[in-house]
Formats: sequence, C-alpha cells, structure tokens
Amino acid sequence: MTLDQRYRLIFKPLVWVLALLPLALLFGRAFGVAGESLGADPAKEILLTCGKTALNLLLVTLAVTPLRQLLRQPQLLRLRRLLGLFAFFYAALHLTAYVTLELQFDFGQLGEDIAKRPYITIGFLALLMLLALAATSTQKAMRRLGRRWQKLHWLIYPATALGVWHYYWQVKADVREPLVYTAILAALLGWRAWKRWPALTSKSGSATAPERT
Amino acid sequence: MTRRRPPSIASPSIAPSEITPQTLFHDRRRVLAALGASALGSGMLRAAAQAPAAAPAIGAGLAPPKFTRNARWSVKDTPTSLEDVTSYNNFYEFGTDKSDPKTNSGSLRARPWSLEVAGDAEVTGRFTLEDILKPHALEERIYRFRCVEAWSMVVPWMGIPLGALLQRFRPTSKAKYVEFTTLYDPKQMPGQRSAVLDWPYVEGLRMDEAMHPLSMMVVGVHGQWLPNQNGAPLRLMVPWKYGFKNVKSIVKIRFTERQPRTAWNLSAPYEYGFYANVNPAVEHPRWSQAKERRIGDGFFASRTDTLPFNGYAADVAELYRGMDLRRYF
Repeated sequence: MTLDQRYRLIFKPLVWVLALLPLALLFGRAFGVAGESLGADPAKEILLTCGKTALNLLLVTLAVTPLRQLLRQPQLLRLRRLLGLFAFFYAALHLTAYVTLELQFDFGQLGEDIAKRPYITIGFLALLMLLALAATSTQKAMRRLGRRWQKLHWLIYPATALGVWHYYWQVKADVREPLVYTAILAALLGWRAWKRWPALTSKSGSATAPERT
Repeated sequence: MTRRRPPSIASPSIAPSEITPQTLFHDRRRVLAALGASALGSGMLRAAAQAPAAAPAIGAGLAPPKFTRNARWSVKDTPTSLEDVTSYNNFYEFGTDKSDPKTNSGSLRARPWSLEVAGDAEVTGRFTLEDILKPHALEERIYRFRCVEAWSMVVPWMGIPLGALLQRFRPTSKAKYVEFTTLYDPKQMPGQRSAVLDWPYVEGLRMDEAMHPLSMMVVGVHGQWLPNQNGAPLRLMVPWKYGFKNVKSIVKIRFTERQPRTAWNLSAPYEYGFYANVNPAVEHPRWSQAKERRIGDGFFASRTDTLPFNGYAADVAELYRGMDLRRYF
C-alpha cells in the first residue's frame, strides 16, 4: 500500500469516524441508546458538547504542524484541512444549537447578545473567521488567492485563541478546564514561536513573512 | 473604603405575634424548655457526631416523613420530576458539573446531624436535627425555583417555615441579618478540595426576609427526605431569590448585625449580589435574566418570561420598597 493509499483508505476515513463520533454520541444519548440520555437540560448539553468539540478539533488542527516535524511525518498535512473543516462544522452546530434550542429563533436576542455580551461577541468573531477559512479551503480558492491564502489562513490562530477565551469567559467559577485549553494552546503557539525565533533573528527587520511552520 | 449600607426597612408595622406562627407563639415556653434540655445534651451529641460511622443510605433507618400540603403557598405549575430535581444540581461542594452532586455526594453523612446557633440571640448552642424539627409540623409547598443561570424548576419542597424556627432562638434587637453556613469537610465533600469558591459556603438573609412566611427551612423533596445532592439534611429555600441563596447542608446559623459576606458575592461581586432577588429587568453581566428555560421540558423547552421576584412579587415586593433594585441586585 502506498503512502497515498494509506491516507486515502485509512487515515482520512479514520478522521471522519473520530470527528463524527461526538455527534453520533449526542444522537445516541438524545434517542436513549443504551439507557444514556442528555440529562435534565438537553439543550445546554448539546450546546456545550458542540462548542467543546469545536475547540478540541481546533487544537488538534493546530497540533498537526508540530506533529509533522516531531514525528517526521510531513504527509500529516493532508489531514489538516479535514480537521479544520470539522472544527468549523462543530462551531457552526454550536451556533445553530444556540439559535434554535437556547434562543428559539429569537434573532433580536441573538443580535443583542452579540453586541452586548463580550464572550458571545468574541465567540461569534471566532466563528466568522472559521467561516472565512472554510469558504477558502478548496484547492481552487488556494490557487486563486495565491500568497494571500497563507495570510488569510493565519486567522486560525486568533480564531482558536478567541474560542478558548470565549470558553474561559462563560464559566461561572471553575476555570480549571478552560485553563487546560489555554495551556495547550499556549504550548502549540509557543512551539511555533520557538521554531521561528532563529528566522526572525537572522532576518530582523525584514518585511517578508517567515516561512510557515 | 466604606460601603453605603442599604436603606433599612424600619417599618415596624408587623407585630412580633404576627411574625411568629400562632401555635408556636402560644407554645413558646414549652418549646424553649425543650430547646434548653437539648442544649444540655449537646456535649453528648458532639461526641456522637464525631464518632466514625459508616455513611447511611439516604432514608435508610428513617421513618418516611409525615407532612401536609400547604396550598396557600403552593403554585399550580406541574412539578419537575424527582429524577431531574435530584440529578441536575449546582452543589459545588461535590463538583462543578450538574451531574457531580448525584455522583459524588455518597460520602456525605447527613445523619446524625447537628446545627450550631450563634450570634445575637438569647438561645444559642448546638442542637440535633431532631431537636430542630420536633416542635414543627412538616409541610409541603410547591415553589418555583429560578437559577441565576437562567433555568428553572418547580419543586415540591418539604420543611418548616424558617421564621418559626428562627423565633425559637429569640434573636435580639441587634440581629439584623441571619447567616447560614454549609458543612466544611473535604473528606465528606470532595469538591471542597479545590478552591473553586472560598469554603465554607456562606449565605445570608436580612431578618425580615428570613421571617417572611415564604422562607423555608427544607428537609425533604417530592415527599422524601432530602437526598445528599439536594443539600441533606437541612437547606434553605427562599423562592423569590436566585437558587444560589439557598444554602445547603447547613451546620450553622448566626444572627448578626452586619450583612454577611456571602460565597458567590465574594467570588464575583459584580455578578452576584447579596440580595439576588429574581429580577428580569436586571441582567447578569454576561447574560440576560429576562427569560428562563424550564428543566424537564425537553429539547425545545420553551423559554418563558422570568417574573419579578420569581412570581412572588405580590408577597415580597413590599420588603424592598424604596430600594434601588439595580444597585442592590
């Protein structure tokens, strides 16, 4: 089996299965499979699960580049777009759950929330960024945008950071789990900064963007 | 920095005899004698409470509670199921997920239990749970329950009027507030091993709020003794305030002249006030309080309008006359 076949026949299908698992579990619980349920407040459970899965997938997406280098598996890059798209998928589900289950299509309230509640403002901003990335994720868009594609897709960093912040900001008192997300994000960004440092020092003042790592 | 005190509610239009339930008022000498006797026995009780004992299952060894429904103070809404009421709880002493209290509260020993009464009152000391409850008839009241997180339930609580209980301790004229403290014991309450809040959990009421006939000291729910996750064996229920005011597993009551420093208010003073009256017009800094989602109504649980004072405005709004409810949120 060639490397190409391995990615097409094994790794990519595996990403599909794993990435859809949280959604399948939600459905299973919603329909009472194996006696499981979504608990007393199913709307909140769906909302939280979709949001957290989006964050998890964003962090996994950001882990692809470090893993490529650490494991010397440059082909891992082939999985990144898929992972990123699934992250967007769950983020979109998260917003959909908010609008349908939580707000019950009260779009006036949605507008008010986005304008007035900072944690929702930044969450919505993160989602808009992910939307831009998802919309330009095709080969065609890549070719058409050329160099600008790289610049645009740098938005994955602020989008993820805003997502983690959004999570941190909405908890009541127990920030332990958001802190874990923050730590992982810091490690992923820190690794990049550390990798870039030599490039930045050797070309200090240069306007050219350092190579993406 | 000095904080301006809230305007006092110096409207002594209510005679003490009106606050105290008639039966208790007429029976006060016998009640006080009983209390005195139990205070004498408190030394023995303390020794017993500290003896290591296997955690009894809730309700095990206890006779089922006898109670009567109080229709005057019951709402007509359909009660939330026992399953939801006992599996969806905020009780950070057992963890911060809603399902944690049910999972982790097995280590709480709710019997035997004792309550310390302290502060500005004539009768203070330590009392057994049995002594606390003995003179009172248990009653069931179906109350609306509104969490500060914008969800709500309808719960048949069982207990006694808080005012009747507090009067037995004869609070002095210095008692302007009453403070309630939850058990602090990380062995029994594993959530207390993390400094999520400043333990122990403390809550408080102004005396006139505590004496209001709606305020309840709760010992049961849905016709059963309180399960651990709902704050066994003794918890507060003040239905016109957000849920977090209703301190659980109470071990201490203290009468005081100063407004108590309460747990959530200490944790986030801009988000959780001392009064915490349910008020759709005053939003939480991070979310609206205008509507609420009724637990148990499923996926499309309708968001209903939150009512001022959680629907009890006709009964309690008078307590706050002249107060700026935005300031004293």
